[in-house]
Amino acid sequence: MSTAVDTTPQTKAPRNGAISTTLRRNWWTIGLLGVLAVLLVVTKIIQPSYGPAGIQGLAISVLPLALAAVAQTCAVIARGIDLSVGSIMALASVVSATLMDERSEGFAVVVVLGVLLLGLVLGAVNGALVVFTRVPDIVVTLAMLFVWAGCALLVLNTPGGGSAEWLGNVTRGPLVTDWIPKAAVLLIVVVAVIWIPIRRSRAGLSLYAVGSDPLAAFRSGVSVTRTKIFSYMLAGLFSALAGLSLTATTGIGTPVPGPYTLMSVAAVVLGGVSLAGGRGGVFGPVVAVVILSLLRTDMTFLNLDTNLATVAQGLILVGVVMIGSLIQLRRER
Amino acid sequence: MSITETPTRQRPRWTTASGLRALFRERPIIPLLGLLALLVGLSELIRPGIVSPNWAGVMLRAAVPLAILAGCQTMTMLTAGIDLSVGAVASMSGFLVATLVGDTGLVLAILIALTVSALVGVVNGIGAGVFRVHPLIMTLGMSLVVLGLANVWQLMRVQTGSGVPTEFRQLGANLLFGVVPVSLLLFIPLALLIVFILNRTGFGRLLYAIGDNPVASRLSGAKSWQVLTLLYVISAILAGIAGFLYSGLTNVASVTLADTALLPSVAAAVIGGTSILGGRGSYSGTMVGALILTVISSILSSLGYPEAVRQILFGSMIVFVAAAYTRITTD
Repeated sequence: MSTAVDTTPQTKAPRNGAISTTLRRNWWTIGLLGVLAVLLVVTKIIQPSYGPAGIQGLAISVLPLALAAVAQTCAVIARGIDLSVGSIMALASVVSATLMDERSEGFAVVVVLGVLLLGLVLGAVNGALVVFTRVPDIVVTLAMLFVWAGCALLVLNTPGGGSAEWLGNVTRGPLVTDWIPKAAVLLIVVVAVIWIPIRRSRAGLSLYAVGSDPLAAFRSGVSVTRTKIFSYMLAGLFSALAGLSLTATTGIGTPVPGPYTLMSVAAVVLGGVSLAGGRGGVFGPVVAVVILSLLRTDMTFLNLDTNLATVAQGLILVGVVMIGSLIQLRRER
Repeated sequence: MSITETPTRQRPRWTTASGLRALFRERPIIPLLGLLALLVGLSELIRPGIVSPNWAGVMLRAAVPLAILAGCQTMTMLTAGIDLSVGAVASMSGFLVATLVGDTGLVLAILIALTVSALVGVVNGIGAGVFRVHPLIMTLGMSLVVLGLANVWQLMRVQTGSGVPTEFRQLGANLLFGVVPVSLLLFIPLALLIVFILNRTGFGRLLYAIGDNPVASRLSGAKSWQVLTLLYVISAILAGIAGFLYSGLTNVASVTLADTALLPSVAAAVIGGTSILGGRGSYSGTMVGALILTVISSILSSLGYPEAVRQILFGSMIVFVAAAYTRITTD
């Protein structure tokens, strides 16, 4: 995965410097992994019985949030932001749950593909509006947050519908040993299958180019319009995947968007993706999501109010961003 | 405010009459008032006889708290920021007063609620001003913190809190002579104050200056962190006051009461002609924007459309209006 989090496109580094280059480029992600390791140890200490079951639960709760974080990352890398992630998830979730309810298992395959296509289309609408109206990304996606959430409510007014048997089986339960949850494997496979080819292609390079300097990218012959739309389509696709995973893990469709948009922005920032665009990868945000979820679990183990976990998540978000900005400011001086 | 025209690149394609365009650019309030009149006419068409002094009072009553929250957005958007914590702060302050009033009395409860709001504003302002965190992220994060703390407070005060104080109910929900909302008596001085601050004080000029060109304002000696800190404190206190009105209007005190008003508050400011990129906008436009949104809501609910349709329409309107403004102001 280490290549997937490189902050700059592949350059041929001298062989002996390769390791230190990797370290230097990914110090943030490596630090995050360290925090995660410490947190896992802490979890084990405060709750000695934490084991496979805990890991399973963690993976299932992480899955939708991690996919949402990846969606947000795609938009942010190209110097955008997608505040409609949560609503696209809700729409994907209710559409899949209504269509799959009491239908055959085979039909569910069609539904899944259809919902993914829907995600791409919704993302394309977001992107096209951003590009062609020239209204700032924040405003457009904030408005589309309303629109897609409204559509979700029109499809299904209250939580309901159903999910295909196999879709639940793909996400729930262990694989091979008790220690490897299917949800985690699914997450890694899905993200890797979509992200790595893009990352290594011309399209991925364009995403980073547009994100770090749209004007320079334009002058080097990158179509900013197409790249922007592409980034929002990717965000839509991953949001739809996140919505599907919600339906799959809970068995029903939920029309009201959860706190996913907010948490996805938090995860992106914590994951070392610069909100100014052009920097970061999908791996960091996913690790950040795991950390945030584990933190919540730990706080319940400590018999702390889960609301305090919300406070902690907010404080961590604010604190990390402040420290990040401070480092940036000092460097500029 | 000082967008200079570049005559070489003028391609009038959105409107043919450049005079109309200048009208939108310089005095957006006139077309906005036209739209408002149109919507009032539409209400009358849909439900003949509905438009009456009492109806106007009800509309104003619903628009006042929204207009206050939209004032927070207008002022922060002038500096190219945004305050997404107003929903959480408003709910928190209404809830805090409702739970405290039984123990401390109304005045002290109000003071405590406004102090807590101001503290949130201080943190927002320091984050945005000193640490240069994007206000969107800063205020989103703080809204999480406020919501979480309000929930903790709620659990600590189970069943001990009394309801919304009667004074708030009178303030938020009563109509004088069945026409004039009591909240208007609070709102008019508040609105005049905001307009005065924006147009007649150095602080207001600095807000426009920082939003229009942060570098130029810094070079001319503006201490932007001080301005921003004060700005977010003002914004949070306004949100706290709006929270009193919301709890009075609905006679409910809950930690998520005003959350649904957050996005309409942004919408009202955008529709009122305030640019989210900073440096352009006015509170008068925002007030009309809040009224427009309120009338649209009432039309939709009188037609029996569900909440979902309202959301879709509001969202589409934001994009459409923002796109129109962008076209008009940047060619």
